[in-house]
Amino acid sequence: MPTTLQMPKLGESVIEGTVSRWLKREGDPVDEYEPLLEIITDKVDTEIPSPAAGVLLRIHVGEGETVAVGTPLALIGDAGEEVEARQSARAAGSGRHSPAVARLLAEHQLDAAAVRGSGREGRITRKDVEAHLASRQQATAPAESTTPGELLPLTPMRRRIAQQMVASVQTAPQVTAVYEADMGAVLAQRETLRAEHPGLRFTPVAWIVAATARALVEHPTLNAEWRADGIFLHHERHVGLAVALEEGLIVPVIRHADRLALPDLARAIADLATRARAGQLRPDEARGGTFTISNYGAGGCLVGTPIINPPQAAILGVGALQQRPVVREGALVARPMCYFSLTFDHRVLDGALADAFMRCMMGGLESGMDADREKQDR
Amino acid sequence: MADMTLIEAIRCALDEALAQDGRVFITGEDIGRRGGVFRATQGLYEKYGARRVMDSPLTEMGIVGVGIGAALADLRPVCEIQFADFIHPAFNQIVGEAARMYYRSAGGWRVPLVIRVPYGAVPGGGLYHCQSVEALFAHIPGLKIVVPSTPRDARRLLHGAILDPNPVLFLETKYGYRQIRGEVPERDAPLLPGPARIARSGVDLSLFAWGLMAHYAEVAAERAAREDGLDVEVVDLRTLHPLDRDSVLTSVSKTGKALVVHEDNRTMGFGAEIAALLVDEAFECLDGPVKRLAAPDVPAAPFNRGMFDFFLPGPDDILAAIRDLAAY
Amino acid sequence: MPGEAVTRPSQVLSDDTLLEMYRLMLLSRRLDERAWALHRQGRVQFHVSAMGHEATQVGAAFAINRGVDYVVPYYRDLAMAIALGCSALDFMLGLFARRDDPWSAGRQMPCHFSDRDRHIISGSSTVATQVPQAAGLAFAVRYRQRAGLVDPQDETQPRLALTSLGEGSTNQGEWHEGMNWAGVQCLPLVCLVENNRYAISVPQTEQMAIPSVATRAAGYGAQGESVDGNDVLAVYDAMHAAVQRAYRGEGPSLVEAHTYRLTPHTSDDDDRSYRSREEVAAAGEVEPLLRYRSVLLERGLLTPKMVDDLEAQARARVDEAQRAAEAAPEPAPQEADSPVLAPLPEGLA
Repeated sequence: MPTTLQMPKLGESVIEGTVSRWLKREGDPVDEYEPLLEIITDKVDTEIPSPAAGVLLRIHVGEGETVAVGTPLALIGDAGEEVEARQSARAAGSGRHSPAVARLLAEHQLDAAAVRGSGREGRITRKDVEAHLASRQQATAPAESTTPGELLPLTPMRRRIAQQMVASVQTAPQVTAVYEADMGAVLAQRETLRAEHPGLRFTPVAWIVAATARALVEHPTLNAEWRADGIFLHHERHVGLAVALEEGLIVPVIRHADRLALPDLARAIADLATRARAGQLRPDEARGGTFTISNYGAGGCLVGTPIINPPQAAILGVGALQQRPVVREGALVARPMCYFSLTFDHRVLDGALADAFMRCMMGGLESGMDADREKQDR
Repeated sequence: MADMTLIEAIRCALDEALAQDGRVFITGEDIGRRGGVFRATQGLYEKYGARRVMDSPLTEMGIVGVGIGAALADLRPVCEIQFADFIHPAFNQIVGEAARMYYRSAGGWRVPLVIRVPYGAVPGGGLYHCQSVEALFAHIPGLKIVVPSTPRDARRLLHGAILDPNPVLFLETKYGYRQIRGEVPERDAPLLPGPARIARSGVDLSLFAWGLMAHYAEVAAERAAREDGLDVEVVDLRTLHPLDRDSVLTSVSKTGKALVVHEDNRTMGFGAEIAALLVDEAFECLDGPVKRLAAPDVPAAPFNRGMFDFFLPGPDDILAAIRDLAAY
Repeated sequence: MPGEAVTRPSQVLSDDTLLEMYRLMLLSRRLDERAWALHRQGRVQFHVSAMGHEATQVGAAFAINRGVDYVVPYYRDLAMAIALGCSALDFMLGLFARRDDPWSAGRQMPCHFSDRDRHIISGSSTVATQVPQAAGLAFAVRYRQRAGLVDPQDETQPRLALTSLGEGSTNQGEWHEGMNWAGVQCLPLVCLVENNRYAISVPQTEQMAIPSVATRAAGYGAQGESVDGNDVLAVYDAMHAAVQRAYRGEGPSLVEAHTYRLTPHTSDDDDRSYRSREEVAAAGEVEPLLRYRSVLLERGLLTPKMVDDLEAQARARVDEAQRAAEAAPEPAPQEADSPVLAPLPEGLA
């Protein structure tokens, strides 16, 4: 009897997944637990190990297709084994249009093949046709029509990021305020900790996460989300850290960041970042954040205007750490300086509270994180 | 403005109706001294006396039949059937008599009768205190069927039902009696049976429900907005017969997708009528299958709590159905 | 027997009233016969007959405040409807299912009486369903009186509800539940049981374990009485007592009138399968119209000449009604889709 591999339910509330890449072809031999394919659920790439040893008899779902949890993905069995009639995993898919889509296609004399479907199993939805029509209108504008070029198909991750970002700017009135901190104390403390924990990689990001988490304890309104019936204050502080990938962006979450000591934070950050880049995060590890930090400074950017990761109330952008001339006690000195940009949802809070939060956060950085947690007056 | 539960709003409307119109009387089993098994008529016997708040003999057929007779004589009876499960002995009086009277007498006689019926699943109710009967009666011409899902609507629709010159089956979600709260204005105009309520405006899909399921639908739609960024339009039908067809068609012509939720059994439930209407009159607007989320085809919600929860659609089930259809 | 003379209410009825009762029984009978003939000619679809029941129905109708008290009849009550003021033309329009059929505009079978002005409630073809409704009408009478909305002595207002049905229908739950309600609330309800010994084909002995339906009254705290339903004046007397009890607020009554259906149940029925011809012929010997005619001839209220004149009058009214009904317009077919809901009153819509 061949074994059927189904789209697994990778975490709470995950209902579908996209096949991003098959690692084996039909007819290839596979071992049990040998990676068979990569899938994307929500934000995470992960490998799926084979449930049995044998030959990959049949691939049911092609690359780029999104199917519901439980949908048969592949059949593994002995070479030459009878393969039952192909399961209709894509019965509702290509070629069959809803009445609304059929009407739109006919009205605008559109070829369905020209429209990319975003529905289940690549089905073309009414919105897809409307979007296609809108883009075609743009495309027919004289300035763009003759330019040679090529169309990059959207990856599921690209599409998801686009949706999230559009939703963010369309729903939340966002304000970005820029602050500057002296990172001297952090760098000094880093030396001490490196000596105490050889082999552990410390970056200033650990201090920034720690200072942010503590400031969130002091100012819970930043650790919140806007809801129709009120402002929901989270009682736990789970800080997301944006990690750049080749094809996009992912935000693994450091859970209970306010409870972790600096070495633990450094360890968690390194682990998450490594696994994120390797596509080995579990879906739940990129969910449930209550606040996000974007460290675009790693790429050299000095000042940015990050966009809130909805439905959170704020996001902190971290610029590149730079030796800059600053005035200290009337004299010009070089100090390791860093710009911070806080983008916040103006429905949830106002500028004064944003300032107070950032004073608290940067106070922690400038006085060193092992110092007690009295408020820093500046 | 007062904060009331559903049952308080119903009691308030009964009290007001008795005070306003001397032709109004209420009858049913245990509605007098006992104030009703759900306490919907609590205090009314003391206030208006046995002539107007009248315990009936134990006879559902009699409650409705006597109500019809009194209505023919131009009184305004408000009858209570203790549980929808007990309405079946009165089926012939409602279906064969009250609903047909106007047509069969060529407009000669009318039956301004209101039949209040606590319906639907409630934990611990078992097979004979949990039934949903709306589809049985929605099939019947000549009968109006009202199912409020908010205290404000319950109060003004009950007034509207009493003003209506036709027989009105007024279905009350008993599980929602004390679970559903809401603001009720000090003064409010009666609402005649008919118009649906757009409980939440949205563009991604249309969700049709009534009674307790309308309440749950709003909860699920808010979560879909928060957790998935989905913008669901919730249409609380409020009156199943005559159906507000315009509201149904307008909503789906906007969203292209329709989900109907009811706690009545799936097969031949009222959702089937919505689906048929949409296929009939909004076919070219449909951008997905018309989906139904309903109770399984078993007699009613079982007594055991685990089985009860399995039977009754809840906000989680509705949210999953929303996600599923939105992804289509 | 002078002592008895004082106690029989029918003895104080005027000569005109006694003759009017005869005229109405006669008209009902001739209309009925014509309907059978029209059916057998294929000119009408259906007829349900009152033949044999005329004394019961007319006697009962005359005992109430006709046109004022509520009446909830059943489909066999043609003579009662005629006695309550419905016309030969009303019947014929219904028989031919014409647009102007005042009882249902061609929607119901013939003889489903309804007249709002005369307080005759529309009925269905399902038996006994009207009994709880009649209790409700009786309840409304009492409610209005106790609320001070009407004077209990006011004869322009309904003071009771009369309902009628066959003996077989008293086996229905609705009869029991309606009678019980009326009994427990002491309502002004009179239930007339027209006992013709058969529920279509099944004799009374196979319908109930008692010889007299009237004994069932005891179960409801109602007054029960049996009477010869072929004797119009005896029915009047029994009904009169029941009606006066109702008017006095003494509760419901059950009057069982023993009679016989001279025809099959309806034009679709053939009674030869369940009744011997001898039995039917014997019933014809004691049938109420001939019996009442003999009484009136004996009393000198009728003469043979008058009998002939009244026959000619009745025949002329039947002919005229039939002619008018046949000439009357049919309803437009699309009137099948007429409203099932009453419009909202002015100012509410």
